[in-house]
Amino acid sequence: MAQKAMPHDLAPAQEAPTARDDGPGLLTLDGIGVRFGGRQVLNDVSFTLSKGEFAGLIGPNGAGKTTLLRVILGLLQPSGGKVLVAGEQHLRSKQLIGYVPQKLVIDPDMPLRARDVVSLGLDGNKLGFSFPSRQRRALIDQALADVGADSYADHRVGELSGGEQQRVLIAHALISRPRLLLLDEPLANLDLKSEQEIVALLGKLAREHEIAVLLSAHDMNPLLHVMDRIVYVANGHVATGSTDEVVTSAGLSRLYGHHVDVVRVHGRVLVVAGE
Amino acid sequence: MHYLFEPGLLASGPVRTALLIGVVVAVTSGVIGVFTVIRGQSFAGHSLADVATTGGSGAFLVGLNQFWGFLAAGVAAAALMEAIGVQRRRGRDVATGVVLGAALGAAALFLYLGTQQTSTTGASFTILFGSIFVVSADTVPVLIASGVLAILTVVVLARVLLLTSLSPDVARARGVNVRLVGAAYLIALAISVSLSAVAIGAVLSTALLIGPAATALRVSRSPVKAMAVAAATGLAATWIGIVLAYDSYYWPPHGHGWPVSFFVVVLVLAGYLPRPRPVARRSPHEGAECSPA
Repeated sequence: MAQKAMPHDLAPAQEAPTARDDGPGLLTLDGIGVRFGGRQVLNDVSFTLSKGEFAGLIGPNGAGKTTLLRVILGLLQPSGGKVLVAGEQHLRSKQLIGYVPQKLVIDPDMPLRARDVVSLGLDGNKLGFSFPSRQRRALIDQALADVGADSYADHRVGELSGGEQQRVLIAHALISRPRLLLLDEPLANLDLKSEQEIVALLGKLAREHEIAVLLSAHDMNPLLHVMDRIVYVANGHVATGSTDEVVTSAGLSRLYGHHVDVVRVHGRVLVVAGE
Repeated sequence: MHYLFEPGLLASGPVRTALLIGVVVAVTSGVIGVFTVIRGQSFAGHSLADVATTGGSGAFLVGLNQFWGFLAAGVAAAALMEAIGVQRRRGRDVATGVVLGAALGAAALFLYLGTQQTSTTGASFTILFGSIFVVSADTVPVLIASGVLAILTVVVLARVLLLTSLSPDVARARGVNVRLVGAAYLIALAISVSLSAVAIGAVLSTALLIGPAATALRVSRSPVKAMAVAAATGLAATWIGIVLAYDSYYWPPHGHGWPVSFFVVVLVLAGYLPRPRPVARRSPHEGAECSPA
């Protein structure tokens, strides 16, 4: 699936800085702290993602995964530290980030077909109407084909299954050619088969389009074979590295602040609270 | 033919004005209503209508054109709703229990005082339930201009409104000022409700806003089609309502026409009820998501 050449006027992300990001990494978090009403939710979070890297943002429910994604998106002001995307602090970076939010509830009456949702990814943040053109249609068809959603392109999104909706939302996030894709719990509420398919799809997209992917999940197992890096959040702190480096009894016990056992069974990892 | 269509219908000045107002109101309500339903803001529409009642009765009391009363109160209410956050549950409770109660109470006072002053008992009815036949032809250009303004606002904001309805967070992350867009939309909604209040009364105005839009959303796949269907449905209800009201002059009790708004809301209901939910158009590849990508 080769990347098609993009018509210039429909490719906002292409004007964005391209040359300078090979140095420090595509996404850099430096000493991020977040405080909600006197409670410190995240402390000194620092890590770097490079171009094409697939990272899992793993941690128990309530650990601050969504909070961290919101900080990266610029939806939440951290109480300390900074976020750099392609070497820039927020102002110009918005179009460099694609975002798939946590489970959307889309009413079946919502008059949006899958292709309309993808079309909103192209210029839904702009005023005025978008006029249909052959160029535009080809671009949308390609984005739908990239995620394997072409067979239900003309169905209402509200009528699609959870896995199908995820694919459409991924196409929506990718059509503006971001450099970084953030996904908030995209595997929640999916059946096992859809879960595997979405993971395989994201791994493939990260490789082929050289996009850095940061995906949050409370279970790391579906991601073990695609993750280049794990960003493990617990107790307001983050540990990062390869899965083998980070997910150890000693390392996670330090992170959680109490003893946990890491058990590996048939290539799967279980983290259980110990005495 | 005589029985369906009483003679002299189109020769009557008030009827022609009414038919024209019907077009303005139905098209505006159709376009705005589709977004109201998509955004889940029917409640906001109804709240605006209740507060517009206060404005209309206030205008009647001081002898102004009621449309200005509807409009001023509606826009003020839109600003207030933005402030108390009517989309949040708690905001809704406050709005329903406190603000809307107070608004309708004030309307009761204004209507009472107004009817005492002028001894025109019909005014209360006109404000609450509308009377499209008594709108003066001078008001029509103002109504058209207001309708165009509301429609333009929504057309300019269409994509952003859709993106925001899909996910406010995605819109925010892409630099959309969600709050500002929401406020602009509420003002357009207030204008639309005021127009509808002129046609079928403040209390019933949401029927024309939400009913045709809800019907249209069942059968249309794209927002543009839904708006067209909603406008056409609303227009049909309004025009047929006007014709029936004109005819009803000869119905019992003889010599008293039935209110247009009665016919309009019944037709809106009739348009919504019979259509079964369309079976999701899912072709044989029901399990297509499982095929290898």
